Amino acid sequence: MTKYRINKTRFVDQTKTVSFTFDGKEYHGFEGDTLASALLSNGIHLVGRSFKYHRPRGIMSCGSEEPNAICQINDNTDLTEPNVRVTEIELYEGLKASSQNCWPSLNFDIGGINNLISPFIPAGFYYKTFMWPKSFWKKIYEPLIRLSAGLGKSPTQPDPDIYDHKHEHCDVLVIGGGISGIISAKIAAKNNLKTILIEDKNILGGSTIYQNNKNFIIDNQKSNKWLMNEISELEKLDNLIIKTRTSLAAFHSYNYLLAKENISDHLPLDKKNCGIRQRLWKIRADKVIVAAGAIERPLIFNNNDRPGILLANSVKKYLDFYGVSSGLNNIIFTNNDSAYETAVSLFEKGISVKIIDIRKKSSSNIVKNAEDLGIKIYWNSTVVNTFGYKKIKSIEIMNLSEDGSNVTGNKHKIQCDCLSISGGWTPMVHMHTQSGGKLDFREIDQVFVPSEKSENHINVGSCNGDFELEEIVKNTNNKVKKFLNINESGFDKISVLCSKELEKKNIWLLPNTISEGKTKSFIDFQNDSTAKDIKLALREGFKSIEHVKRYTTTGMATDQGKLSNMHALGIIADTAGVKMGTLGTTTFRPPFTPLTFGAIVGRSVGKFFDVVRKTSIHEWHVQNNAKFENVGQWKRPWYYPINNENLHEAVQRESKTARDGAGILDASTLGKIDIQGSDASEFLNRVYTNAWSKLGIGKCRYGLMLNEDGMVYDDGVTTRLGENHYLMTTTTGGAANVLSKLEDYLQTEWPELDVYLTSVTDHYSTASICGPNSKKILKKLFPNKDFSDEAFPHMSYQDAIIDKIECRIMRISFTGELSYEINIESKYGKSLWENCIKAGEEYKITPYGTETMHLLRAEKGFIIVGQDTDGTMTPIDLQMDWIVSKKKYDFIGKRSLYRSDTIREDRKQLVGLLTDDPNEILEEGAQIVSELDKKPVEMIGHVTSSYFSPNLNKSIALAVVKGGKKMKGQKLFVPMENKNINVTVSDFIFLDKENKRINA
Amino acid sequence: MFIINCPYCGERDQIEFSCGGEAHIVRPKQPTELSDDEWAEYLFMRKNIKGVQFERWNHAHGCRKWFNMVRDTSNDKIHAVYKMGEKPPVI
Ligand SMILES: [Zn+2]
Repeated sequence: MTKYRINKTRFVDQTKTVSFTFDGKEYHGFEGDTLASALLSNGIHLVGRSFKYHRPRGIMSCGSEEPNAICQINDNTDLTEPNVRVTEIELYEGLKASSQNCWPSLNFDIGGINNLISPFIPAGFYYKTFMWPKSFWKKIYEPLIRLSAGLGKSPTQPDPDIYDHKHEHCDVLVIGGGISGIISAKIAAKNNLKTILIEDKNILGGSTIYQNNKNFIIDNQKSNKWLMNEISELEKLDNLIIKTRTSLAAFHSYNYLLAKENISDHLPLDKKNCGIRQRLWKIRADKVIVAAGAIERPLIFNNNDRPGILLANSVKKYLDFYGVSSGLNNIIFTNNDSAYETAVSLFEKGISVKIIDIRKKSSSNIVKNAEDLGIKIYWNSTVVNTFGYKKIKSIEIMNLSEDGSNVTGNKHKIQCDCLSISGGWTPMVHMHTQSGGKLDFREIDQVFVPSEKSENHINVGSCNGDFELEEIVKNTNNKVKKFLNINESGFDKISVLCSKELEKKNIWLLPNTISEGKTKSFIDFQNDSTAKDIKLALREGFKSIEHVKRYTTTGMATDQGKLSNMHALGIIADTAGVKMGTLGTTTFRPPFTPLTFGAIVGRSVGKFFDVVRKTSIHEWHVQNNAKFENVGQWKRPWYYPINNENLHEAVQRESKTARDGAGILDASTLGKIDIQGSDASEFLNRVYTNAWSKLGIGKCRYGLMLNEDGMVYDDGVTTRLGENHYLMTTTTGGAANVLSKLEDYLQTEWPELDVYLTSVTDHYSTASICGPNSKKILKKLFPNKDFSDEAFPHMSYQDAIIDKIECRIMRISFTGELSYEINIESKYGKSLWENCIKAGEEYKITPYGTETMHLLRAEKGFIIVGQDTDGTMTPIDLQMDWIVSKKKYDFIGKRSLYRSDTIREDRKQLVGLLTDDPNEILEEGAQIVSELDKKPVEMIGHVTSSYFSPNLNKSIALAVVKGGKKMKGQKLFVPMENKNINVTVSDFIFLDKENKRINA
Repeated sequence: MFIINCPYCGERDQIEFSCGGEAHIVRPKQPTELSDDEWAEYLFMRKNIKGVQFERWNHAHGCRKWFNMVRDTSNDKIHAVYKMGEKPPVI
């Protein structure tokens, strides 16, 4: 045993030694320790440096509220984890921990200079300083901020662990396994309710499980003994699930809660075995009982942040739970009775302890107990300063004035190696407020407690503001019975004896002799904000708590201000002279403690991140060396390189062959919607800009769909299959949205229309064959069919049969070439495709991908919705007036086409651009200007599509330019990083303006 | 995460639904006869109430039906759900 491991307890197995390293040095602890208790047992308090001033900081608490003692766990490139609270990590063999935020080492940290210059780093320092001169920003300020920002290091390799999600339903969820949670869970489970009890520690019992003071008696036993029996009975209940190492992350509306279970975090590396590391439980509970407990408050005085200054109840837990004394010469500084339990416990183990109390007296049993033992108590006193750089050595105390607003008398210096502080208790109302609950301020002990009753959840125990053992037990029993409609419970006749606190006193910021500007009274330990900073913010005009919080960064560190929020509020209220209850609190947002990204995403990583959609022809593309691109969830062939061709070379070859011989494209991914019903034609009239009533059966027509604001939404060819039957095609990416939009209008605006919509995108595969040889290939595939222009004209469709399988042939073109699209049931798609390739062999048929498709259509000036449009383009802007019906009374978006904004002549309009140097290819997205010298540079448009056309042997581009319609022939410029490219506005149809090739 | 009582399917998790904004905004029958301001009123103007709000919801990953819902945006309490075309309840 080390000098500080002074006590044997049932929670730590001192026969099982565990070795670990801290900052490279090996230490030993025992099974059952946390990293914090193991460090303290080795006499180590200093574990980190503060964020802003790099002041030495030590372990302050024993739970999730820990602001100081956070470290980096493990040094692997894939498993290392920053910002782990040493108070929460269970010790395991081989654990490697290192301190953060210090350089070059924890003991000598160069950033500590910030501490010396701290008078010059007030609240809002970064906002104020890094404003000017502007030229300093990129080279000096930004690198400086980046260097000092952040805590710890991220892993650089992918996380090998598995994270899991599980859905669970229950009648009652109890949050917190302390005494009130245990009572609640037992009442619920014994009454046939399916109950889940979650507890973030590895064992149940909260702080009562190590409460062995004789002043706290339940049914004639010390309260810890009584609770142990209760827990062993609890574990026998069938319809109760107990989940330890499970912390509540979020409490959403309708009792939907997220809880994170640590499955392997406490295991040695070789036992973790990269199995499931953490599981996120998604729980829908009929009723929720919050028994989250309370967190002890610090006291705010000068230099209250030194290593060796801990919360008093944490000192008690290290002593009575882990058997570790945080110091051998202790001073307790308190404003309430609870710290006396720590004092008595220390004294009973023979450890030196003195008490400083800001109250004038207290006559409770526990205080009498301390007095009877002969513990020295300094009443009506406060600590005014502390000494010791890396560990506390001594303190100075003074008497308080009558009203507590000042100090009087002489300074008195006392030596110590540990200072335990207690400023009272703050109920954990986070869960309650996350669920939408409101709070009331209770003046007597200055706490926010849950107000507003909810039918679906209650708060019990100290998170409800019940701090004394008797009221905790009795109120929990009564509240739970009422909440669950239960008449009798096993706790109705329970007898509880406990010490009762009668004298209460609270001072948010303790007075001092030296002026405030020269003190460092820390409120937020992790972000280094002090009482002085808060007062400065108020002087500078910040009034709202939310603004003060952000300006001073109080409560914004990884501990989310669990220790600091109340004091910040208190000091604001005192300074501004208002009541705390009227200030309100800042919003507590989930998660309660930080969640790993792994737990949030669960199994949805890597190939499970999103659905991958493949056409039935996909395998052929893979075998033929296609490179793929993602279009929505679809994998589409991008280009098919031969030998060592790059993208450009392959696309040039594919594009040339498609116009000289034949090309074939897998068009299966286009959205397809089957439209039927007696009002189908009328429906199309309303959703497309052009007219549909007169489209003959067997004919196809291109349609443009707008949003109600007049902007182009989608486009595609729709075929009339029968009198009341159409097949609509949409863009690949827009299919699902178009269907939803059409369903919306049908159900909500036009329910009188007899129309039925069915998505058939996946039902058909499509091979699109284009080029002058396409007709010959089709003749070979369908020898009995007449493909003359008279029998099978452009924009028409016919049924056909291939290999005894029915298919549809549409003669439509997205390339400007003579072109046919064959639709066949998906399962025959690959066979159809292979037939086409075979038939086309002698005609040099070449498979081409999306890149060539984009190039070919750009040569013809056909737009791609989403590339040449961006939700701000009307058909008029696109110079597609021809497709907007003047005769139709109404269609979606019609009225918007002549709003004052949409008829402006200086809107961005679609134009063609030709570079003066025909070999210069513009960058898509590049900005366009008309005057190079004008400052600031006026950007009048941007390039939307740009390619080198092998068929025209020059560079071509589509662009949108303000007032572009009237600019034909005008010279413009595309400024790039190191040159300006000269361009001329042209027609946007670059090839075959007369549409001769379509019938070639 | 609400539980929404789809008028066609019953109680389902919110994840199955999508919200379509304010309810009971009827598309004008004769848009061409409206002034720019009147059309803009239909097109752009939406309430954003803290309190009881009438909303359109779609059971997107279910029956795909649109329906109306009355929700208090301040506490997410759902007061009523009713089919398209039905009269809104008095809340
Ligand atoms: Zn439904």
